[in-house]
Amino acid sequence: MDALSMDARSKSAEAGEIVYRHALPVRLTHWINVLCLAILLMSGLQIFNAHTSLYLGNRSDPQHEVLSMRAVQKPDGRYAGQTTIGNVTFDTTGVLGLSKGASGRWEAVGFPSWITLPSYRDLATGRRWHFFFAWLFVLNGFAYLIYALVSGHLRRDLAPTGRQLKNIGHDIVEHLKLKFPKGEDAKRYNVLQKLAYLAVILVLLPLVVLSGMTMSPALDAAFPFLVDFFGGRQSARTVHFLCATGIVLFVLVHVVMVLVSGVWNNMRSMITGRYRIEPAE
Amino acid sequence: MGFNSKLSRRGFLTRISAAGSALLLGGCDQLSQSPAFRDILSKAEGVTQRVQRFVLSQKSLAREFSENDLSAHFKANGSLNVDDPTYQAQVPLGFANWRLKIDGLVARPTELSLDELRRLPSRTQITRHDCVEGWSAIGKWKGAQMTPLLQSVGLKPEARYLVFHCADMLAPGARYYESIDLIDAFHPQTILAYDMNDAALSVPHGAPIRLRVERQLGYKHAKYVMRIEAVSSLASIGAGKGGFWEDRGYEWYAGI
Repeated sequence: MDALSMDARSKSAEAGEIVYRHALPVRLTHWINVLCLAILLMSGLQIFNAHTSLYLGNRSDPQHEVLSMRAVQKPDGRYAGQTTIGNVTFDTTGVLGLSKGASGRWEAVGFPSWITLPSYRDLATGRRWHFFFAWLFVLNGFAYLIYALVSGHLRRDLAPTGRQLKNIGHDIVEHLKLKFPKGEDAKRYNVLQKLAYLAVILVLLPLVVLSGMTMSPALDAAFPFLVDFFGGRQSARTVHFLCATGIVLFVLVHVVMVLVSGVWNNMRSMITGRYRIEPAE
Repeated sequence: MGFNSKLSRRGFLTRISAAGSALLLGGCDQLSQSPAFRDILSKAEGVTQRVQRFVLSQKSLAREFSENDLSAHFKANGSLNVDDPTYQAQVPLGFANWRLKIDGLVARPTELSLDELRRLPSRTQITRHDCVEGWSAIGKWKGAQMTPLLQSVGLKPEARYLVFHCADMLAPGARYYESIDLIDAFHPQTILAYDMNDAALSVPHGAPIRLRVERQLGYKHAKYVMRIEAVSSLASIGAGKGGFWEDRGYEWYAGI
């Protein structure tokens, strides 16, 4: 790590100015988030595996599944993993419904063992992980939001300007060509970045927390409007799953963007705060 | 930098990340089994319980539904029958000779027949049953209210929990049991249900009575209840965690 940052530093001295991009609270909450979301996803899939169907409304009526994963026996006697979304059934053998466990044996399980926490079937332990890191995630999120509001980070760095919004078409085209802003423009987030971050921070993450809370029978008694907001406990479970999917998609795009727009510079800026600006041509 | 060295760097990075993720997964499994680490993770339960109890007033009711909302099929889970000759002999008799024992830290230890239980102040409620596995079903329950029952047997001041001893063995040699504290014991929706969906409780659903403790998950709703014991501590019962599933790693406070 030391050698790498030394390397980056000497290079940056040749080309471009170094700016202080990410304040300490942003960097800290970012990495705590990485840890929490990874554990929440994997333990969440363990919990999902205890009942591998999703529904809308308050009841889980078997004939009204919106998504389900199962292992079925084919006429030739072999087993297959099937995933049904609405009325469409996909063969997902090897990944969903039926997959090889850690021991190498096939098992009938929703999500495969390599992505669940623990890797073996253990709902009780999955719940322990999930709720511990859910608390950490929520406290971390609150700390971030308070910081973002009080410091002006939200208004200064994340709210898109009118000009940025007007030029959004141009930004989309540049992004698709994998051409990223340089010079002055690189000193702030571009408009797509801002909108993506805002959508995650203000919509997706609050929604995943609220839909998770709505699965709690005690919180439903305390806050009945939560159940109404999602349209039932089983709807909340489905929304929770969709939000998790949305977060995974965001993280995939986010990581790809980090990789293609200068991985060492990006990583350094999220660790030390310092970011090298490539001079405009 | 030559082509070869680039390749080997990529190969090195791939190997490092593969080894890293294997280490991470294996490490997480090891952590999952470490008693010290499990103790840390379990701290969340106390936080959840305290925060939920704070936002939940003693009287906050679980939502009650209408007849139209009833599940066409209410899944029976856990034990579906009781492998015990004394119990089985009671089934064809409609549990006529069965007695619910209430003892422990009570002023007047009591035995109640099903008829006597049916004559006590009752409550009928259509509620959503949430299983820890993730599914929900809506059922109509009628049963004796816990509050007047507890007042009539007279809890001693040192009583802190009610333990529900059940007839079924869900694992070899391990009889099912559950426990609740007095906050849930005196909640208006906490009942000893003898009817489900306007019929006498069936064997798969816990005949002759099952506990309903509506603001917690399904495994708290003990079926086949034979005896209610008031205690000051859960430590000496079962493995000491307050219930069959609690002894196997699940939360005692199952409001989430």
